[in-house]
Amino acid sequence: MNESLFISIIIGITIASTPLIFAAIGELLVERSGVLNLGVEGMMIVGALLGFIVQFHTGSPYLAVLAALLGGMAISSIFAFLTQFLLTNQVATGLALTLFGLGLSAFAGRGYTEETIVLIKAIHIPFLSDIPVIGPLIFSLNPLVYLALVMVYLVWWFLYKTKQGLILRSIGDNHDAAHAIGHNVVRYRFMAILFGGAMAGLGGAFLSLVQVPIWGEDMTAGRGWIALGLVVFASWLPFRIILGAILFGGITVLQLHAQGFDIRISAQYLSMLPYLATIIILVSLRIRLKNKTNRTVPNCLGRIFHSTS
Amino acid sequence: MSISRFSSILKLSFLSVVLAFTSNVSADPVKAAFVYIGPTGDHGWTFAHDEGVKYAKEKLGDDVIMTTIENVAENSDSERVITSLARKNDIVFTTSFGYMNPTVKVAKRYPDVKFEHATGYMLEDNLSVYSARFYEGRHVIGKIAGRMTKSNVIGYIASFPIPEVIRGINSAFLAAKSVNPDVQIKVVWVYTWYDPGKEADAANALIAQGADVLMQHTDSTAAMSVAEEKGIYAFGQASNMREWGPNAQLTGIINDWGPYYADRIAAVRDGTWTSSDTFAGVQQGMVKFAPMNNNMPTEVKNEAMQTIIDLSMGKVHPFTGPINKQDGSPWLAEGETPPNFPDLLTMDFYVEGIDSKYPN
Repeated sequence: MNESLFISIIIGITIASTPLIFAAIGELLVERSGVLNLGVEGMMIVGALLGFIVQFHTGSPYLAVLAALLGGMAISSIFAFLTQFLLTNQVATGLALTLFGLGLSAFAGRGYTEETIVLIKAIHIPFLSDIPVIGPLIFSLNPLVYLALVMVYLVWWFLYKTKQGLILRSIGDNHDAAHAIGHNVVRYRFMAILFGGAMAGLGGAFLSLVQVPIWGEDMTAGRGWIALGLVVFASWLPFRIILGAILFGGITVLQLHAQGFDIRISAQYLSMLPYLATIIILVSLRIRLKNKTNRTVPNCLGRIFHSTS
Repeated sequence: MSISRFSSILKLSFLSVVLAFTSNVSADPVKAAFVYIGPTGDHGWTFAHDEGVKYAKEKLGDDVIMTTIENVAENSDSERVITSLARKNDIVFTTSFGYMNPTVKVAKRYPDVKFEHATGYMLEDNLSVYSARFYEGRHVIGKIAGRMTKSNVIGYIASFPIPEVIRGINSAFLAAKSVNPDVQIKVVWVYTWYDPGKEADAANALIAQGADVLMQHTDSTAAMSVAEEKGIYAFGQASNMREWGPNAQLTGIINDWGPYYADRIAAVRDGTWTSSDTFAGVQQGMVKFAPMNNNMPTEVKNEAMQTIIDLSMGKVHPFTGPINKQDGSPWLAEGETPPNFPDLLTMDFYVEGIDSKYPN
């Protein structure tokens, strides 16, 4: 295998993984606060559309990314309002959010299926990007790929190094106790859901702003669901999201390349692997929970908090 | 999948409400329904069918009421969608290969309703099949690709290993080989009709492995935009994709379903509809081409135009013997051309010379 092929495989994997990292790290924070939002796919597709529309009209990648963030946040605020104030069932509301997002974006994006935009390009740092192998692999990726990694770090830092992060985790583990000692459960969860929406929107926009310069209905094609699986795969630990995303995204890219080389592994088996891994991890989590050695699964995940005072 | 299924049910129920209100307007219009595999905005397969529906509507005016359902997954749910359409329509068109079994089932249950299934091969008294000889289009772009490639590697993004897709690969390869003996074709199966992200990944993988001309048998414009960005060539699929690849698109295979749809619906109106088996190509105008890009050499363009003329006069057949199968066993003898059934309609092998392994 020659060097440039190796580099383009690795770059292909980063491109396929990044939308998953964004969406999953957002959902991870949401779930750590004890909320299960199944609307990731819907928030992603809204982000993909808004990013595309703003890039098309303004040509400014900054505004496009901002629009995707705000769009994801706006649609997630519906979920936050319904589940936190009206105490609706989180699973049903999340599914509704996905359907709503897919339908809304298909409707609102009808005028944009014939358009194309300028993609956000990878960066080029003089000297550093020109170092063989390391240059293209470390110093000339797309700016949003770096941003995704920074977000993972920030979420880890927030959860484990700040007082607010500790409070958020305690709310996720036992919202009644957290409430009893005076923490505002609803406010924390509301903010976490908005953050999750923003990240999902960004993940969706990565597809339409970096991967392909087109807008297409349903173009997220199930990546939101993969992101949800990824959070479980990562056992709710931020850095494992990166590992999982590389596995999930990498398998897609690797099996495409394997076909080109005529390596005969059935594509179906390969696409199954990450999900198989997720099931195995779920089982091992279960065992560790039984032995009380696991502290990462939020105990209150998906449970409705009803303040009694 | 479940989401698109759900939304198609929502759309269906909405449309039936609309229909309930509109059906009394004109005397006795034909009610025609279409089931689509993807969104009409894909600018590929489904878009082309929808253009055909618009054409037929314009031609027949108040004589027809059209219902279209997008994003119907090729699973057990399609049967439910087809069934509910059969209850309210005179004729139902199902526009993807994977709808074959459900269409046959529903057709047996509703003998008074006419059905038309695209790209399949199962006929009933009230079920027609129709397909276009896209492989004739592949013959033309295969010749262009064979002339234009410098790396001698043509990249092919394929969806599912079904006869229609296999015909396209074989036809394109044979045509490319006829003008360039050193050419190879690299096939990557993405196992989806529509996933712009994955189609782009596949395009990038093929380019990284040396392909400098891309062909696709998937429905979105993603591969075309990748080709444009990377400065290589590609061909529009099902519709003109020039917008996404002004330099990359050499030409495109365009599916023109409009006249067929207008004829069949008019036949229902006139009471002359009978079950039929249509397999039309360049000659009948069902397969057309996007304008040739001016960036290719005149000789290449002329050769392509001449090929189109020969096809339209029925002078050439893309599969003309001697042709062996990939394993070396003989398929067609010298000068022989294959019959539609079973050879073309159930094709499940690569021809000799293709290096890629046949998918299991």
